[in-house]
Amino acid sequence: MQSVHIASAYDEELKFLSKRIAAMGGHAERMVEQAVAALVNVDHGLAQKVIQDDLVLDEGQREVDDKAIIIIARRQPMATDLREIVGAIRISADIERVGDLGKNVAKRVASVDGRQPNSLFRGIEALANLALTQLKEVLDVYASRSVERIGLVRDRDDQIDAMYTSLFRELLTYMMEDPRNITPCTHLLFCAKNIERIGDHATNIAETIYYIVTGDQMPTDRPKGDRTDKVVLSGTVPAK
Amino acid sequence: MAETGAGQDNKGRALTGRLARNRWLLGAGVLAILAVYFFAGASAYVLVLALAVLAAAAMLPADAEREPADAGAAIEASGLQRLSGEYLAAAVADPLIIFDHSATIVHANAAAFAAFGGLAPGMSLSLKFRAPEMQALLDGILAGEVASDAVDYTEKLPVERTYRVSASTVGHATGLYVLVFKDQSETRRIDRMRADFIANASHELRTPLASIAGFIETLRGPARNDPAARDQFLQIMQNQTGRMARLIDDLLSLSRLEMKPYLGPGTEVDLRQTIDSVIDSLGPLAGENGVVIEREFANAPLVVPGDRDELFQVFENLLENACKYGQSGGRVTVSIAGGEDGQQPGFDVTIRDYGPGIAEEHIPRITERFYRVDVENSRAQKGTGLGLSIVKHILTRHNARLSIKSEVGKGAAFTVHLPAR
Repeated sequence: MQSVHIASAYDEELKFLSKRIAAMGGHAERMVEQAVAALVNVDHGLAQKVIQDDLVLDEGQREVDDKAIIIIARRQPMATDLREIVGAIRISADIERVGDLGKNVAKRVASVDGRQPNSLFRGIEALANLALTQLKEVLDVYASRSVERIGLVRDRDDQIDAMYTSLFRELLTYMMEDPRNITPCTHLLFCAKNIERIGDHATNIAETIYYIVTGDQMPTDRPKGDRTDKVVLSGTVPAK
Repeated sequence: MAETGAGQDNKGRALTGRLARNRWLLGAGVLAILAVYFFAGASAYVLVLALAVLAAAAMLPADAEREPADAGAAIEASGLQRLSGEYLAAAVADPLIIFDHSATIVHANAAAFAAFGGLAPGMSLSLKFRAPEMQALLDGILAGEVASDAVDYTEKLPVERTYRVSASTVGHATGLYVLVFKDQSETRRIDRMRADFIANASHELRTPLASIAGFIETLRGPARNDPAARDQFLQIMQNQTGRMARLIDDLLSLSRLEMKPYLGPGTEVDLRQTIDSVIDSLGPLAGENGVVIEREFANAPLVVPGDRDELFQVFENLLENACKYGQSGGRVTVSIAGGEDGQQPGFDVTIRDYGPGIAEEHIPRITERFYRVDVENSRAQKGTGLGLSIVKHILTRHNARLSIKSEVGKGAAFTVHLPAR
């Protein structure tokens, strides 16, 4: 009787960890979504809300860390259980970073006024949709544990990088056209970079899940990063 | 069963049922009473009395719990209880998920699989539906704070969908709960379209207004004593007020069409005569644009049910578009095909231009309000962005269809299929 009781309490603790991670993930998804909406619609109220919501994620990460350490100390977990717990610590850290990046996008809403060309916002929105899709798929895989879908998730990172590179080029062009664009465009550049980083964190989470489920590290032939380090525009100002 | 012979079959069956269930007890009682009779030598009256009491006791409902059991048996006989919960869930068209006290999925119906994918029994719901409001809903219902609750849940990706999600407990103390998703995406989309429409209409009105305000300022200031500039500015202002007036006319006719979505019965119109008068009225415009309107139909009257003024507006808008945007083709043909027989009796009126054509990606959206293939060109041609959506509206009222065929560089053909009676 006693051992069954202990095992079920242990199960409960592990379940609590994954439930907490899922809740944090949902929260982070919502934050990024709202941060981008705030940026596109120049909604300062929504931006403030996103900035405040970040506290929930910080709290969540601390809680997951504490619980994980207590489980390790108390239960001396082995094999899958140990991977599950260490994975939870890593995933919660990644999600917390995603929240920070979302918060940073929200903070820049005040500096980017709404007079930017619409196509730029559309680009940022499309980039955010790609990153959020990736995050959603990764968290879905965390729920279903179907690792065969992870390859797909990681390949999507390529699209995000391509999109980011094209946005980078576009923003650079706007800055060269008119120096008054430099302030807002620089902020938008950072926003795009933040969103691109969210995709990278999603990839990290995917790798952690692969490790939790299979016990192996993922093969390292992951797609190369963005190519903005090679983007150079010639110094001529485009004719108007 | 003499005392139940009053035709009350049910009651009779219930009593026999009770007797049958209690037959062992009854037998034992009879045996005991007989034994007492033989060994103790009591009178025959006592024996009969004791047997009667025993039979009555057996016929009485045994206790309170027996009654629902009887009711249950009756329902089972009608086949409802044999019906599995899974069949019931499958019969529900909305996504439905049954889960237990630890938020683990017990069963999800086919609609839920189609909507959310990857839902396996044994999976945790709170891992799948991570949105904060869904987490709160699940926590609330599982903590037993409320017996049922509902929230609005929006999934943005991969396509935006909005659901009204209601959660409730299943039965009494079964430890099961159910989530039902009601799809509200369509209603949400219509709401947004309405909001977009108001935003678009005010934007369209604001643009000419801003230009008029600007010219008034210039006329009162720097250009106060410049007759040449004044004339030029007044001309522009007149064009802009004309544009606003046209827009308001179009908005009004759209809202009039929306007010009475169904056509009054019994009105008929001669299609040929209507189209002829449209061609006549657009003669000057065609001349200005250097376009020749070619008439390719017989002179016989073609009578269809419909409102003359409204159909006039349809063909006027279509022909006007063809003259304006198909200008470079130099000619526009109007043809009528069909008759009162065939699969879909009715007439196909085709207005074809030989201009630049419309790119494929625009065709599905071209009848949307304020949708323009080329904003600059549309403004230059005094378009309001509402013409084709008025056409579509009127045709819907007439049970008619508009089909658009076009290839870039080869012109465009707008065909109106009007059903005969």
